[in-house]
Amino acid sequence: MYRRWLWPGLALPGVLWLVLLFVVPFYAVLGVALGTVDPVLFQPVPIWNPLDWNVGWLNEVLGRLAPGGIWFDVGIRTIVYVVVALALCLLIGYPVAYFTARHAGRWKGVILILIILPLWISYMMRMLAWVNLLQEDGYVNQFLMFTHVLSQPRDWLGGSASTVIFALVYGYIPYLILPLFASLDRIDRSHLEAARDLGASRWSAFRSVTLPLSKTGILGGAVLITLPMFGDYYTPNIVSGAPNTSMIGNQIDLYFHGGPQPTIGAALTIVLAAFLTILMLYYLRSIHRAQREAGAVGAL
Amino acid sequence: MTTVAEPRARPQPSTLTRLRGWFRNPWGKPRFLGVFTWAYILWSIVPVLIAVQFSFNATRSRTAWDSFSTRWYWGDPVDSVLHDPSLSHALVQSFKLAAADVLIAVPIGVLLALGLARWRGRGSGTSNFIMLFPLVTPEIVMGVSLLLVFSHVFTFIETGTLAQLLGHVTFSISFVVVIVRGRLFSIGRQYEEAAADLGASPFVALTRVLLPLLTPAIVASAAVVFAISADDFVISQWLSSGGSTDTVPIQIYAATRAAPLPSVNAIATIMMVSTLLIVAVGFLTWRFFTRGERRAGTAAEDMGGAFNIT
Repeated sequence: MYRRWLWPGLALPGVLWLVLLFVVPFYAVLGVALGTVDPVLFQPVPIWNPLDWNVGWLNEVLGRLAPGGIWFDVGIRTIVYVVVALALCLLIGYPVAYFTARHAGRWKGVILILIILPLWISYMMRMLAWVNLLQEDGYVNQFLMFTHVLSQPRDWLGGSASTVIFALVYGYIPYLILPLFASLDRIDRSHLEAARDLGASRWSAFRSVTLPLSKTGILGGAVLITLPMFGDYYTPNIVSGAPNTSMIGNQIDLYFHGGPQPTIGAALTIVLAAFLTILMLYYLRSIHRAQREAGAVGAL
Repeated sequence: MTTVAEPRARPQPSTLTRLRGWFRNPWGKPRFLGVFTWAYILWSIVPVLIAVQFSFNATRSRTAWDSFSTRWYWGDPVDSVLHDPSLSHALVQSFKLAAADVLIAVPIGVLLALGLARWRGRGSGTSNFIMLFPLVTPEIVMGVSLLLVFSHVFTFIETGTLAQLLGHVTFSISFVVVIVRGRLFSIGRQYEEAAADLGASPFVALTRVLLPLLTPAIVASAAVVFAISADDFVISQWLSSGGSTDTVPIQIYAATRAAPLPSVNAIATIMMVSTLLIVAVGFLTWRFFTRGERRAGTAAEDMGGAFNIT
């Protein structure tokens, strides 16, 4: 008897914990977002029975996000920031992961540790480092003026979109390089040798063997940094703080911290979570396809 | 009969040409990638080192270097980490949360990993699925949901240290599961089966065979949990009840938006050095226990692999 219950019994505390503090809380967001608001106190009144749910606030939020709504610009800006930051991360991260996996030789261990190191340094510490450097009289302005790129100091931290994107890239890129490295490191070198033996140039061997085989790493790393970037609010706050660089996360933050209506914040959270779930499903479908393709290349 | 041609004096290639040749040598390693990788590493680490340097600055500036001093650590009677109560309190709060998180999340996570790896039956699939969600849920969604659950459902828990701890454990469990499950997978089932053949009950096989083999993964996950808890900003902030429950990341966040003193760099440096020390101990312990098992260098991957969910 106890043999049967040993393993589920071991899992029980963890499963219980996650149900109580992960599943139930998510339901609480639904209850608040689809609930009503006390007309006197303006406090959210959650509705727990799905049959009584009130979609009024959700519609309100969707209306604000639609073209012409007050959050339309914020939504588009969030997507643009995330897409540009993701592209830059891939552009910088792929060569680094590729070199480390393929050509680092006896330096591989050292480079790997140095690449992983930022993961163990607090995100806030790394942002603080750049806030120091980007001050009006900071090293970046000093350097750019010394090299005559700028004639006078530039205000980097006063609401510049490029600074926010730069900070996002700096903050999230280590999380992308690691899965990229793992997938590149797993590629069997004999595939490449075969391609070269068959007359493929270095570039075409890369394009037709390495790139398809690392697709799972690219997709995995991309989703790993895209999801948190969509929910980011602290990065734009730290390096800009101006309304013209605010993202969806900042709107959620605003409605909870000092904002008047948590119900709207909760509804916006639901919309964000739904959007990210769609992204996640798309990712799962592409990874499934990529693995099948990689299997086909591997079988050749 | 061969005639040896008179060696002609070849023009010395200029430095630029040689440098170009070094880059483009088709038989050598792709030099450009090497330079690019090292440039990336410098870019990712040097800013942090500069921030550490300015924590030792003798003046109030974080942009103009004066001379070395420990003023911002303990020298300054008002604004140093030691004497500014908001900073020293944040340091204590961060360490307290991280330590308690390790003590709760690691045992629960190890048991969950064991259970999920061996449990075949109704509920196991769902549990596996739920376990993965905290890894991909943006922290703001978790922050909102925990804040709302404590204000509308579990109303007996107020925001503050306890709520923060519950939140930290919730996002830490899945990391422990991923690390321990990786190790379970590489151990395989043969040791347990050998123990069972020799008459050990599943419980004895678990405590006498499996758990000792899992030691490296347990140590590594403890280090990882400490690091992610000490690093966490969002959950701590959403569940904070104000000044007394602010952690180091919250203090850094608040300070960067005001006019910070080098004491913020100092507190960030203390936190960073402690986290790196703990991670290094975890890494070396892992290496020590798994020596001879696999090629060197994979420990770094395994520990970094906590972030590699794919």
